[in-house]
Amino acid sequence: MKIGEMAERFGFELLTTPRNAEMEVEGGYASDLLSDVIARAESGNVWVTTQTHVNIVAVASLKELAAVVIVSGRKPDEETIDLAKTKGVCLLGAQSPAYEVAGRLYEAGIRGSPK
Amino acid sequence: MSGGSDSEEKIHMQLPIRGGDFSKAGEASSKIKNILKQLGVSPAVIKRVAIACFESEINIVAYANKGQFSVDITTGEIRVLAKDEGPGIECVEMAMMEGFSTAPPELREMGFGAGMGLPNIKKAVDWIKIESQVGVGTELEFKILFGGGENG
Repeated sequence: MKIGEMAERFGFELLTTPRNAEMEVEGGYASDLLSDVIARAESGNVWVTTQTHVNIVAVASLKELAAVVIVSGRKPDEETIDLAKTKGVCLLGAQSPAYEVAGRLYEAGIRGSPK
Repeated sequence: MSGGSDSEEKIHMQLPIRGGDFSKAGEASSKIKNILKQLGVSPAVIKRVAIACFESEINIVAYANKGQFSVDITTGEIRVLAKDEGPGIECVEMAMMEGFSTAPPELREMGFGAGMGLPNIKKAVDWIKIESQVGVGTELEFKILFGGGENG
């Protein structure tokens, strides 16, 4: 599933306009611990998190993640959004909590990397 | 470590890192990653380098006043010396243990301070050395070999 398609299908808010809307989402990862994401997420993953701090952009950029879905209706601050725009990181917003979002993505065929 | 010496291409870089500036955190690591990509280093190795560099960079941003990466890249390996002026680590052995952290609540709220940083680095690298002096700073040095050497 492509990023743009995923955002539309699940009604995610586009917190940044995705430059990579045509990029294929390859699996997913859910965590609020940045060190965990750094160590275990794979490039091309969609990352489901409650974190909104500017560091999520650095993590997503370094790991070349497809998109970050910020859950539970939490809003990143302007600094986070600005940096995401600069770095071309796709930030999406979901009203539902993490469990729900991850479950629906999984159901739609976006799997994790079992380890 | 790896053979050959005179003919080895060598890149040396100094990358300054500012303490407390989270908006720039990760930039030094990204630079290193991009250079390795250009050099054609394998994605699996780059992944390990990115983990070790990012965790080291975050440690400096989160805890130290300032620091820098001294990076040496040859055809066979990358060596990074992350040196900071900061509070130092009281007990390096404890800091190397998974789950141990001295992070204040603010840092934990940002998703850090799970006690995974140094253990993550150790798992990602082929060689590591930490020297720290309380009230002065920390020197973390690590090496990752390009020729396979799957570690962790």
